Amino acid sequence: MIRALPASFRSFFDKRGWSPHPHQLALLSRADAPATLLIAPTGGGKTLAGFLPSLVELSDSGHQGMHTLYVSPLKALAADIKRNLRTPVDELGLDIRIEDRTGDTPQSARQKQRADPPHILLTTPESLALLLSYEDAPRIFAGLRRVICDEIHALAESKRGDQLMLGLTRLASLAPGLRTIGLSATVDDPPALAHYLNPNDCEILTADPGPDPDISLLETETAPPWAGAGGKHAAGEVMQAIREAQTTLVFINTRAQAELFFQALWAENSDDLPIAIHHGSLSRDAREKVEAAMVAGKLRAIVCTGSLDLGIDWGNVDLVIQIGAPKNVKRLVQRIGRANHRYNAPSRALLVPANRFEIIECRAALEAVEAHDLDATLRGPGPLDVLCQHILLRACSGPFRADGLFAEVRSAGAYRTLSRTDFDRCLDFCATGGYALKAYDRYQRLLERDGLWQLRDPRTARNLRMNIGTIIDTETLSVRIKGRMGGALGEVEEAFAANLVPGDTFLIGGQTVRYEGLREMVIEVTKQPSRKPKIAVFAGYRMATSLELSQRFLDMLQSPERWKTLPQHTQDWLHLQAEMSALPPRNGLLCEQFPRGDQHHFSVFSFAGRNANQTLGLLLTRRMEEAGLEPLGFVSNDYAVSIWGLKPVVDPAPFLDPDEMRNGLETWLGENAVMKRTFRASAIIAGLIERNHPGKRKTGRQATFSSDILYDTMRKYDPDHILMQITRTEAERGLVDFDRIEEMLDRAQGSIRFIQVPHVTPFSAPLLLEVGRVPIKGVAEETLLRDEADRLMKEAGLTL
Amino acid sequence: MSGYDFSFCSVDLRAEASGALWWEEAQLLTVSDLHLGKSERMARRGGALLPPYETRETLTRLSGEIARLDPRTVICLGDSFDDLSAQSALDDVDHAELAAMMAGRRWIWIEGNHDAGPIEIGGSHHDEIERGPLTFRHIARPGRVEGEISGHYHPKHVLNARGRTVSRPCFLIGDGRLILPAFGVYTGGLRSELKMLRQLTGPNSLAVLTGKTATPVPL
Repeated sequence: MIRALPASFRSFFDKRGWSPHPHQLALLSRADAPATLLIAPTGGGKTLAGFLPSLVELSDSGHQGMHTLYVSPLKALAADIKRNLRTPVDELGLDIRIEDRTGDTPQSARQKQRADPPHILLTTPESLALLLSYEDAPRIFAGLRRVICDEIHALAESKRGDQLMLGLTRLASLAPGLRTIGLSATVDDPPALAHYLNPNDCEILTADPGPDPDISLLETETAPPWAGAGGKHAAGEVMQAIREAQTTLVFINTRAQAELFFQALWAENSDDLPIAIHHGSLSRDAREKVEAAMVAGKLRAIVCTGSLDLGIDWGNVDLVIQIGAPKNVKRLVQRIGRANHRYNAPSRALLVPANRFEIIECRAALEAVEAHDLDATLRGPGPLDVLCQHILLRACSGPFRADGLFAEVRSAGAYRTLSRTDFDRCLDFCATGGYALKAYDRYQRLLERDGLWQLRDPRTARNLRMNIGTIIDTETLSVRIKGRMGGALGEVEEAFAANLVPGDTFLIGGQTVRYEGLREMVIEVTKQPSRKPKIAVFAGYRMATSLELSQRFLDMLQSPERWKTLPQHTQDWLHLQAEMSALPPRNGLLCEQFPRGDQHHFSVFSFAGRNANQTLGLLLTRRMEEAGLEPLGFVSNDYAVSIWGLKPVVDPAPFLDPDEMRNGLETWLGENAVMKRTFRASAIIAGLIERNHPGKRKTGRQATFSSDILYDTMRKYDPDHILMQITRTEAERGLVDFDRIEEMLDRAQGSIRFIQVPHVTPFSAPLLLEVGRVPIKGVAEETLLRDEADRLMKEAGLTL
Repeated sequence: MSGYDFSFCSVDLRAEASGALWWEEAQLLTVSDLHLGKSERMARRGGALLPPYETRETLTRLSGEIARLDPRTVICLGDSFDDLSAQSALDDVDHAELAAMMAGRRWIWIEGNHDAGPIEIGGSHHDEIERGPLTFRHIARPGRVEGEISGHYHPKHVLNARGRTVSRPCFLIGDGRLILPAFGVYTGGLRSELKMLRQLTGPNSLAVLTGKTATPVPL
């Protein structure tokens, strides 16, 4: 049935002087399609397009119960859309109840929503999972007609998306004939995303992408430093750009960098323009204040991290500045899209390279944006830890048949290829723990009775529900001003907190504070308006330069005719490198070796991204140690890894042998901290251990034991356990990034260019200036511990 | 594995890196808080199904210490089993392992708060026991004591070693009082800074961190 816009809707548009976008009408005309993916730029009326079929359907029927479910990755989006939908609904005189339901919704309102669901419910993947886990889920969702998944491209990048997709399969069973709409920003591979949303039948609608963005590299008076990532050298020019624009978003890649850059910017802010800071370690209160000030048009700029990659539309933003190389073209495009949310005005953006290598990377990124060449997101099959959680939550809502659930799960794109064996192992894990030693026959969590799986003890449902979600936070402690009531300033990671001694100063939320002490798991600080904080670290994951961007980088190095677009100092640097050594080839691998002092430096220009290079550094030094080359340490960035040691490398080829490398990985991974961190995350998601709920941290007698102990025990007694397999897969894919190493090794096969020069080369020099050197000798914890203990004993006047 | 030798109430003792306490002269080995059967108990109570290998692992570690030191007497300082039912839930392999360890030596079970009742696996049972100048009991008695050895608190100490945070179960050696770390595998810890523990062990106490080597650190 082709639907047209009803007269009442048309007059609503006319009255406002609007005309519906073609994609809005197109979506309406396909309102009966089982699934549609709409790809439209921000500001293109995407959300209204998604809701239009719902509003039209609700306008001409007395639908009872829930009609449309809207799922977004952000609570703020749900709340914002509730406000925005109100206008058309009221003006059209529709009698529609619209409510949001997130972690912030009061208990009483949630109860009411279950008893009497609104027509349109706006929620998040986690809140949906919780709703689906209730015994009355079939009743709540019985009349559901439509689901709208917003920002599906962002959800698809994490396990939250996998959880949502599993939720959709459940919904499709509860409400046959359910139709799904996915809303997405521009992506590299729309068919893959459509398959993810619905593998059977998903149409793709692409809206007019609007004009190309106006994007350029910021010219600075001071050339960027050789190494580093802060962008401090450009603070003056960035401030000037902020002055000239109406409202600016300044993106920077990490929280620590955001804090430091914010400080540098304030030093240049002679007119005291209202500029704020926003990142994930600040308290919700602090972040909400900034967002509210932005909505009210009170701010001229926000310095932010990925925390504002998604979010409600701020129509007044007219400039986006990216400090540091964007690392990923797709993310850059999405960030640029945050400026000028009017459909037909180009977004304006400035890139600010933070070091010499980044000048080239920014140039490459800019060209990629112009060429509409987005990096591919390699999506593996749906993760099994998320499936385990889904099975447990399914059991909470009532008994189920294994065959039925297996078929249902396989109707999700990400789990299309799930094998019955893997499914059964997940089910066994949920039921018995899945251990080689069958210990829990009497205390199974799930039991099969008459072919129906169910909770052995229905009371466990409460705990399982408490553990919903796939976002695993690092352990954090909140930071408060001492002796003052009121909200926290923000949070710091536990590991960072453990390093603080009273008197230390650090930056948080743009202010310098002094650490006073730890009180009941809260860090107490006093304000310390000194200029130089001693420490400013929030450890965390740093995104690696994408494969596509790295390849563009290499292409540019190999095409001197394109260097003209680069600043003169960068051109000189490249010419010098070509002269003294060589430029890294597109196919093949450049290795350099040079003596410095009494040490030999060995650099591998892998262009594999920082995570892979970190792994590569650890693997190579391990192999070099075995070969007796006595490596002392290494340093890595997105482009290369450099190792120094007492003996020179004679032939790099044996060290870069793919098979040997993989063997090394297996051994090394086993005892690695990355594995333990990954294990913890998967163990929480799969329901083996419970997450620590903030504020309900176990104290005193109820001390918990670390998940590391579980990992070590499993590794010894049950290394093939499903969770260990999940952990290995995840670790190789994530932080270890072994795929990138393999890609590089393939590239290197048979064409390693090994250049030995008498002194440091132009490309290796910046590497030596990188921070984050990893010492190899003395890395043993016992040695460090012994030294520190000796020092303390001495200080205390004790002798051993 | 190297231990830390110290003198406590005129007795020469060694804090083993494993978390066991060795009294060479008396050929006496003390371990505390084995919490055997912990994962089983958690499962029974509807909690998580943790890897069910901790009993095996704890016994393996204990039998390693016994093989190395060949003690005449072993004292298990309470909370040896996670609860009474955990004793009956020990499987045959674990039973055999325990029996092999107990054979030919005096074995003393001190009552803990988790396993206060009698234990049906041989050995003798005491709420506390004295050996020379030393008293062995599960929970430290508040106030002034002289030569008390206890467990119960699972003390743990966190140290900063050149930017790396190291957290280990530890012995706490104070004035006339010694608190043992938990020897069991699945045992959490209380940070030794906690006020109560500091009050118990007094101002000049020492933590001995366990691990590959026993590392003394002043508190």
